Amino acid sequence: MSESYAIEAAGLVKVFGRTRALDGLDLQVGAGMILGMLGPNGAGKTTTVRVLTTLLRPDQGTARVAGYDVRTEAVQVRREIGLTGQYAALDESLTGRANLIMVGQLCRLPKKQARQRAAELLDEFDLADAADRGVKTYSGGMRRRLDLAASLVARPSILFLDEPTTGLDPRSRMVTWDAVHALTASGTTVLLTTQHLDEADQLADSIAVVDHGRVIAEGTSAELKAKVGGERVLLTVAPESDLGAARDVLGRIADGLPHVDPAARTVEAPVDAGARRMPEIVRELDAAGVLLDDLGIRRPSLDDVFLTLTGRAADSAAESEKEVA
Amino acid sequence: MTAMSLPITTAAADPRLLRAWWAMKNSWVLAKRSVARIAREPEQLLDVTIQPVIFVLLFTYVFGSAIHLAGGGSYHQFLISGMFGMTMAGTAPGTAVGLTTDMSTGLIDRFRSLPISRAAVLAGRTMSDLATQVLGIVVLSAAGLAVGWRIQHGIGDALVAAGLSLLFAFAMTWVGACAGMLIRSPETAQAMGFIFFLPLAFVSNAFVPTQGMPAWLRDFANWNPMSAVAAACRNLFGGAAPAPDAWPMQHPELAVLIWSVALIAVFAPTAVYLYRRKVLR
Repeated sequence: MSESYAIEAAGLVKVFGRTRALDGLDLQVGAGMILGMLGPNGAGKTTTVRVLTTLLRPDQGTARVAGYDVRTEAVQVRREIGLTGQYAALDESLTGRANLIMVGQLCRLPKKQARQRAAELLDEFDLADAADRGVKTYSGGMRRRLDLAASLVARPSILFLDEPTTGLDPRSRMVTWDAVHALTASGTTVLLTTQHLDEADQLADSIAVVDHGRVIAEGTSAELKAKVGGERVLLTVAPESDLGAARDVLGRIADGLPHVDPAARTVEAPVDAGARRMPEIVRELDAAGVLLDDLGIRRPSLDDVFLTLTGRAADSAAESEKEVA
Repeated sequence: MTAMSLPITTAAADPRLLRAWWAMKNSWVLAKRSVARIAREPEQLLDVTIQPVIFVLLFTYVFGSAIHLAGGGSYHQFLISGMFGMTMAGTAPGTAVGLTTDMSTGLIDRFRSLPISRAAVLAGRTMSDLATQVLGIVVLSAAGLAVGWRIQHGIGDALVAAGLSLLFAFAMTWVGACAGMLIRSPETAQAMGFIFFLPLAFVSNAFVPTQGMPAWLRDFANWNPMSAVAAACRNLFGGAAPAPDAWPMQHPELAVLIWSVALIAVFAPTAVYLYRRKVLR
């Protein structure tokens, strides 16, 4: 294993009862990078985070965080990491400020510095006004922001964010995204999990697509999109025109089977070098007497990536499965 | 990775003594957190405030009127020492409830992802529970004084009684900590406290002399550590009833010491072990 990775995991396996939550998961994150773990509920994202943050012992495999083994050097790992889990890890009956001071003191900051650091973070996360209220009175978004602040008290070199914006209001989401960008500007390595393709696309330098406890694809957003194939031609047929004729035309020209959505009256098909072949498509459609409302080329989205890699849409998978542990 | 502005020493430079020092400090921070919680949620103090007062009143005026002590002593003098035993032992269910509450929230994950001693989470809780027992002793003594209980021997003896009581309370918090690691929800911890703790509290000399019990129950009651606390307090506060013929009743102060040390020796490491096992699954 090389020293240049902030996080590296090889062959992680974790079994809960009959569920293989992790099934040979491999992962590498370079120092200062943001890795987005993308996958539906139950894919093993949370389990991975829990193993890497020393909260859970893997059944098999090895993982090093900041160069330390998560099994045998857990204490050293904990000195380097911050963790924001899916559920706010706060003391509800204390104030926001008291929570941060407590974490600071547990991280061995002298009281004065702990206070100072708490004040800084409360400002940074837009919580100064609510600092001296009980966390009980906080909204969901405020809690998540405070939770994120708590994980940053000790200025960790590696930060784990487990679905950091799930269920957040737009303002809290913005604050969170800004914070992540600011962190990486200062050299912090971030591993974040998300079910949201746009979030991974927005925040992450590279993306690991996870399904059934394994990384099934890895790369930058552009690389993943390239995997799915080239561009797609998308056309919307006018109401008075024949959808079937449009499908036949696209079927002859396209590099794959066209997909028809009768309700939206759209036909979509993969066409390599779509722009160059557009005139041919238009001529053929015209010859077949098809009237169009809209015609366009679109680059594949991460939704397409997921669909191609797993054979099902990310969203439907999310509904049909439940996250384990 | 090492460009942190924190005074965190590396593990290699972390000698045992320093580690123990930080474990203590971490426990202290967590104990203060529990105490701060109580300040915001005073209802957590019902166990050591309203409940002892109700028991004192109930037993003095309702049951006490029908209980006649063999030596002819006054029942309230007998009762308050018994209540010391019961209230101190009563920390155990409280600790279990507190820990299961912590474990059921995400907060425990925060603590576990921080570089703090594994024992600190448990020790912080047992220390804060001990602090509430100091309040328990004050409330109980005040209630006792109100119904006619008196410290009949010197203040020194009274302080020894309070000290022994608190030592026993601390031992019982570790029993509670173990229970808290084995029980899943705060509600279950609450119910288990009621089912197991109350009968144990009553099969003792806390409220009635053990001499009248059937033989098998009497042996249990005489060896019940709560009885030792009650008997020790009776010796030290004054108002001792004739001691039954069982070693702990003949030497209650020593019995409390031995019981407490033994309970801590067994249950504190077990609680830490259970905590580590529970959180690593």
